[in-house]
Amino acid sequence: MSDKRKQQFNGMRPPIPVEYQSKYSRGKDPIQAMHERRRARRPMGPPPGGGFRGGPGGPMGMPAEKAKDFKGTLKRVLKYLKPYWWGIALIAVLSICSSLFTVISPRVQGNAITIIEQGVSSKAGINYTALYRTLLIMGSIYILTTLFSFLQQFIVATISQKLVFSLRRDIEAKLAKLPLKYYDSHTHGEILSRITNDVDTVSSTLQMSVTQIVSSAITIVGVLFMMLRISPLLTLIALLITPLYLLVVYVIAPKSQRYFIAQQTALGDLNSHVEEMFTGHKIVKAFNREKDSIEEFEQINQMYYTFSRRANFISGMIMPIMHFLGNLGYVAMCIVGGIFVSRRTISLGDMQAFMQYVRLFNQPITQTSNIANVIQSTIASAERVFDILNAEEEVPEAANPQDIANPEGAVRFENIRFGYSEDKILMQDLSIDVKPGQTVAIVGPTGAGKTTLVNLLMRFYDVMDGRITIDGVDIREMTRGGLRSIFGMVLQDTWLFNGTIRDNISYGKTDATDEEIVQAAVAACADHFIRTLPDGYNTVINEEASNISQGQKQLLTIARAFLADPSILILDEATSSVDTRTEVLIQNALAKLKKGRTSFVIAHRLSTIRNADIILVMNNGSIIEKGTHEELLNRKGFYYELYNSQFMNGAESQAV
Amino acid sequence: MSKLLAKLSPYKYFILFAILFLFTSSILDLTLPYLMSTIVNEGIPSGNVSFILETGLKMLAISILIMICSIASNYLTSKAAMSFGRDLRAEVFRKITNFSLHDSDKVGVSSLITRNTNDIIQMQMLVMFTLRVIVSAPLHMIGGIIMAVSKDPTLSLVFVVAVPIMILIIIFNIRWVTPLFRQIQTKLDKVNRVVRELLSGVRVIRAFNRIEHERDRFNNANLDLTRTSLSAFRRMAAMQPFTMMTINFAILAIFVFGSIRIDGGHMKTGDLMAFIQYATQIMFSLMMTSMLFGMLPRAAVSARRITEVLSMESEVRDPEQPKLPAKDLKGYVRFENVTFRYPGAEEPVLNNISFEARPGETVAIIGSTGSGKSTLVNLIPRFYEVESGAIYVDGIDIRDMSQEELRSRIGYIPQKAVLFTGTIADNIRYGKADATDEEVRQAADIAQATEFIDAMQDGFNSYLSQEATNISGGQKQRISIARAIVKRPEIYIFDDSFSALDFRTDANLRAALKPITRNSTVFIVAQRVSTVMNADRIIVLDNGNMVGLGTHKELLNTCEVYREIVTSQLSEEELA
Repeated sequence: MSDKRKQQFNGMRPPIPVEYQSKYSRGKDPIQAMHERRRARRPMGPPPGGGFRGGPGGPMGMPAEKAKDFKGTLKRVLKYLKPYWWGIALIAVLSICSSLFTVISPRVQGNAITIIEQGVSSKAGINYTALYRTLLIMGSIYILTTLFSFLQQFIVATISQKLVFSLRRDIEAKLAKLPLKYYDSHTHGEILSRITNDVDTVSSTLQMSVTQIVSSAITIVGVLFMMLRISPLLTLIALLITPLYLLVVYVIAPKSQRYFIAQQTALGDLNSHVEEMFTGHKIVKAFNREKDSIEEFEQINQMYYTFSRRANFISGMIMPIMHFLGNLGYVAMCIVGGIFVSRRTISLGDMQAFMQYVRLFNQPITQTSNIANVIQSTIASAERVFDILNAEEEVPEAANPQDIANPEGAVRFENIRFGYSEDKILMQDLSIDVKPGQTVAIVGPTGAGKTTLVNLLMRFYDVMDGRITIDGVDIREMTRGGLRSIFGMVLQDTWLFNGTIRDNISYGKTDATDEEIVQAAVAACADHFIRTLPDGYNTVINEEASNISQGQKQLLTIARAFLADPSILILDEATSSVDTRTEVLIQNALAKLKKGRTSFVIAHRLSTIRNADIILVMNNGSIIEKGTHEELLNRKGFYYELYNSQFMNGAESQAV
Repeated sequence: MSKLLAKLSPYKYFILFAILFLFTSSILDLTLPYLMSTIVNEGIPSGNVSFILETGLKMLAISILIMICSIASNYLTSKAAMSFGRDLRAEVFRKITNFSLHDSDKVGVSSLITRNTNDIIQMQMLVMFTLRVIVSAPLHMIGGIIMAVSKDPTLSLVFVVAVPIMILIIIFNIRWVTPLFRQIQTKLDKVNRVVRELLSGVRVIRAFNRIEHERDRFNNANLDLTRTSLSAFRRMAAMQPFTMMTINFAILAIFVFGSIRIDGGHMKTGDLMAFIQYATQIMFSLMMTSMLFGMLPRAAVSARRITEVLSMESEVRDPEQPKLPAKDLKGYVRFENVTFRYPGAEEPVLNNISFEARPGETVAIIGSTGSGKSTLVNLIPRFYEVESGAIYVDGIDIRDMSQEELRSRIGYIPQKAVLFTGTIADNIRYGKADATDEEVRQAADIAQATEFIDAMQDGFNSYLSQEATNISGGQKQRISIARAIVKRPEIYIFDDSFSALDFRTDANLRAALKPITRNSTVFIVAQRVSTVMNADRIIVLDNGNMVGLGTHKELLNTCEVYREIVTSQLSEEELA
């Protein structure tokens, strides 16, 4: 997407006059200067993204994103609207009615003026019966217009909000069915933005623009008809102004587009610089780089200033020019209409009506020109939403699932072949036989991809070949829920949600009693610190979980695993963030917990590893050696080396 | 807010002229209906074409003037608003950059980011919008009323009824609709939060089979949001048509009473037509003003948040007359009865700590979570201010040195590696801007980073994305270590920097560090006994108190806490 933007960006580069002088780009095209600066900063970095989105509501001239498959996406949006067809039909009828009234009312006003004028000039006095009848019609039209447009907007709001609701609901339901692969290959921000921003864009367009299209079309045709009925010549004069409006829309507005893109890019740079510098505040300080940071900020700030000022100036010019064109029509009607009235070609009321028709006619033309942009970016948003809804789902559950009621915890890997992609196979013909109660240690240097094993065991990913069985049952024959309830897991990245500590611990067992929760916390050595918190077990963990430390978070996830009481444990570097003294206590607790349970331990501690029944040595994502400690040492391979690099310290410690 | 708006004063002439231009164009705008009425009243009855033409051309000239004035005022307005935003942004950024760590902890990094970006844009928009729309609306309204009264004061009484009704509608709008939109924002945040948790916790949610539960949570938030949005937008649906109706009925009233006035010979038909146009103008100006009330509450929140940052005084400040340490003193660090507590905390984090470190020595700090290990080393670069006692670097109290001078002596490696967008070489050079390629490579060698850097497609020129998501945690940490090494500081601070490394890399790295730190003082905060046991001195912290100071061997015999830690990590045979 951002690639396309850059191309689009480079595609149009008319020379722009540079009358301003900036410290950083003297006499250069500022946009070019910015890109040079960006290139200098990131030699082969990704093209500017900046998180730009030209949604509705932006100022005029903002560029629109283009959808890849406009027609198909539009069809799908319409399909979503199908349940509301009656409402949409009603909206159409209502907006046709209220547009018609809008078209008629200047005419009625004109009639009233004519009646008054005739009364004045005929010296017979105003024909009040006729005038009041006209005014009564006028009043009824006003009331009906109000009613219709209220009803119309009310229904539109209802439908669009309901649509948003169902879109969000569907996305969430879809997310629950997506394989982990999808989550691992999309950033959270990306998914989040689709479920909020994109859905919002779709709804606000429905709310603002769709009815506008209908009413604009009706207004244009209706006004044209009314004008022609009054005077074809005046109509011709009025129409002469229309091309000028289009000129503004298609010439000036795109000019500002270039600056809006540049402004967004600069804003993206600005935001990421601020974010980076504030997040790395300590490092900036530690290395005395405050001045550099400020200087760079000021450069970007100046860039942003230049572009935003220009973008806003040019787009801000559109309004006065439009206003002028409106006045031009008004003046033309005053002159030509005045002459016509004085020659009795038309009545004074016709002139009054015409002055309003000229504005009414050109207004929707400028509006609809913007609608095209809005609809384009809306369809692009809708497309991103449907991208999620179209994504491939997890393999469906087995037809006749056999879940294990009382699992013993025998795990077998039979000739497993697996990789995250076909061209990067990590496991080839891997077989492991783990008996109930045994401990499997997974070791290897950092970044060796040890979570892969977890992904396979929990069936977050499916194996390509071979099978994994638990107590002899292929895990693909079980329900995912049934399989996962066998496991207890303490992941490297602790995950706590915005709720009380009590709720977080009982996450794996909703019906746990308070007593059980406390017991689990005691077992995980978390009880003490929880009680020192202001609200104890009812302390709410805040959004960033910043009110408790990393080690404490870890303790809570351990307590959670304790409470769930699983048959098989997966401890993913479980204690790496817990301090050494607490670790003693946890080790004891874990030893207790591990008793009678099969466990997979991803750990750095060699003492744990040496007591393991099976050791799996991983490097670069694949399992390269397996066996017991003794076997692996005798093999004098990777493990031997790894062990010795640690034992070197052990030797030193013996020497002390 | 007024405090911030005072920062517009350098641009007061821009604003003054912008308003002047705006005022001129408003006045001119109002003369158009007047001229039109003269055409109707004088030109048309007499059939005087030249008068009609002449007046029409006048109107055209005025229209052009109006356009020029509005464009000029628009130019000045954008300039003033954007300059204001730029200046404010720079001021806030400078201020925050010079905050101490405690200052920024207090507000929170994400909040600081928002304050420096979105909040200021909000203010900038307010200034622009105010100057463009809000200033012109009252001008238009007042002008319209003056013109209307001058045409026919009696008929102007229509406004005595219509304007208050309009104002009532606006107030109703502010009371009835605006609060709902604020609620929508909070509820949208809630939906966002639930989704974010859904995404980050996907493994846990699935592992515990809690998909249904999370769905309920999401659906509740979604439903709640939809309900509020529904009532907000439905109320909005009522507002606009009824405002329009008020305007239309005012016009109707002008017809009713105007016709009587005309019949009585008090005014002419052209005046009535002008009157209708004034009425429309007055009412629309009122509507525009109501938009400000929609914007004000948000801008007020932003303004308060910005002012808060600007009025904060940095806790750590440079002395008036900084002292310089003697040239031959390099790497001496002394803690004298240092006590430190985080502001507001009941218990101090560090209690009466005293020790000394000399060049060539390695001092390790070990202890349980929350014992104050990290805090202790963070006091040396004066990231935080001690409560009592003093820290001396090279014989001088660090509060008497400039922060720049102090930190130029220190190579700091944080617990969590923080890298910046740019190439790997850029990141290493962050420690020493003018480092040669040779120095960069050497630093990477020592940090055990060369192997993986060379394996990357562009080697040292490989580009790191924001937060360096394209390399692993251990790799980030090694670059962060290289960054400190290239500086060749006299004091190294490894704030638990080794725990992201595996045993082998950890051991190799410490072996490679030995020769280059021969004349430097090294502080190591660590979790692993194997990392600290070769240190010249080990400080054992327990709940902020120093419970042990000595070598591994000494402490094994004398320090109970240390023994506990060691036995937890090393098996009996390794201990033996």
